[in-house]
Amino acid sequence: MNIVIAISNVVIKELYRRKDFYVLFVLTALITLLLGSVSFFHDDKIIRYLKEICLLLIWVSGLLITIGTTARQLPAERENRTIFPLLAKPVTRAQVILGKFAGCWLASGLVLLVFYTFFGIVTGSREHQWPFLNYVQVLLLQWCMLGIVTAFVLLGSVVFAAPSSNATISFVLIIGILLLGRHLNHIALQQREPLQSLVYTLYFLIPHLEWYDVRQFIAFDQPLIPWIYCGLATLYAAAYACLLLFATWLVFRRKALNL
Amino acid sequence: MDNILELKNLQVEYRALASGQGKKVAVKDLNLRVRAGEVFGFLGPNGAGKTTTMNVLLGFVNATSGDAFLFGVNVREPIARQRIGYLPELTYYYKFLTAEEILRFYAKIFRIPAAETERRIDRLLKLVELEHARKRLLKTYSKGMQQRVGLAQALINDPDLLILDEPTSGLDPIGRMKVREIIQRLKGEGKTVFFSSHELGEVETVCDRVAIINQGELKEEGPVAQLVARHGVGLEQIFLNIIGYQPQPAI
Repeated sequence: MNIVIAISNVVIKELYRRKDFYVLFVLTALITLLLGSVSFFHDDKIIRYLKEICLLLIWVSGLLITIGTTARQLPAERENRTIFPLLAKPVTRAQVILGKFAGCWLASGLVLLVFYTFFGIVTGSREHQWPFLNYVQVLLLQWCMLGIVTAFVLLGSVVFAAPSSNATISFVLIIGILLLGRHLNHIALQQREPLQSLVYTLYFLIPHLEWYDVRQFIAFDQPLIPWIYCGLATLYAAAYACLLLFATWLVFRRKALNL
Repeated sequence: MDNILELKNLQVEYRALASGQGKKVAVKDLNLRVRAGEVFGFLGPNGAGKTTTMNVLLGFVNATSGDAFLFGVNVREPIARQRIGYLPELTYYYKFLTAEEILRFYAKIFRIPAAETERRIDRLLKLVELEHARKRLLKTYSKGMQQRVGLAQALINDPDLLILDEPTSGLDPIGRMKVREIIQRLKGEGKTVFFSSHELGEVETVCDRVAIINQGELKEEGPVAQLVARHGVGLEQIFLNIIGYQPQPAI
């Protein structure tokens, strides 16, 4: 466990010493504040648009930071050769994978915490209310989703050698799942066999990341989601993350690492 | 004397990248023993199989057949690497960390207590003469400084066996001298050093025994003085004869 924690600490340090996070945060803050300062036709409900835009920016930034951070972990270790002094110590490849996963996932959690604190301050100052538990639910579910994304990108990083190709392919696939995932079963109904079975299989095979997108609950001031659903969604994310990490380990454990 | 490092009939084969070439044998039936307290030079031209052998020893590559042992433990077991220090050739350490942070990171992997870690960091940074730059990010370090950080990380667990892959490669004469001094100091402390190098003069100065491999096969092994006496020429000439070097006629 010590080793996993040590590796994850390095990942977190990398996040806050690089510029990516600060750039995306400043960009999100600027766009949100700019839109928040404009009053369209004295519409009282304008805050809803502001919330939607800010949440969308948080979602995109969270995804970009998580994918970017995770995609470069193992390829950069190989490219800079730091994987060699690391694995020359009593460290197993499973520990490297777990450490990288824990670091990237915790880093994405910290990023979300900063973003949602900003979101809370902005909306609180406009609405004069702060539905704290709703925010906690949205953050928690997005963080669970980013757990699946982290494991998914980590698997990509042992398959693809270049971080850029891994990041691009992972981003396209994740956006594809987010946009199309919920419609695949309807698409399957309209197909003939064997395509129907194929699309259905795909529907049940992919991790349904779209289930974690509960931004509308905040934008439209909906009541809390029952905690049991949040718990089930967490279990679903944990199961998928474990599955993907296991696949990553299977690929990585026997991979020849040549100097 | 105990064998610290042992290779038994080690064979490593790769699939050749060019189609139709089948398998490439990188290391051929290699047998080697390194005893406690000796400085052992592992020599060979580029592509001879030195790095592949080290890769097997460190578990980066699996042997096709044969076995490799460190302290009597098969290298497939991570615990075999508990008492070793390894310095790879030209590594660019985490550039967003400082020298003391990187040493702290590696110390955590060995579960060294915090107070002892700080003592070792002070001692090692002094040894590799990087005290003045201990709080600077590694991205600001020169190649020589990076190599010295590498040496410090290899020593953080106070290893009994040090494996160095071309430790002086890319260093200026002062840097090379410094590494040589450190190797000799470690020898004085009773540590075992196994290193590959192209600097034959350096090998002749610091090594007790050497092994020369070419095209994956062990060609010569023994104490430096014995080899030199047997062949009646210097180590460099022995090396050139083994690899079949023919001087080009003058144009």
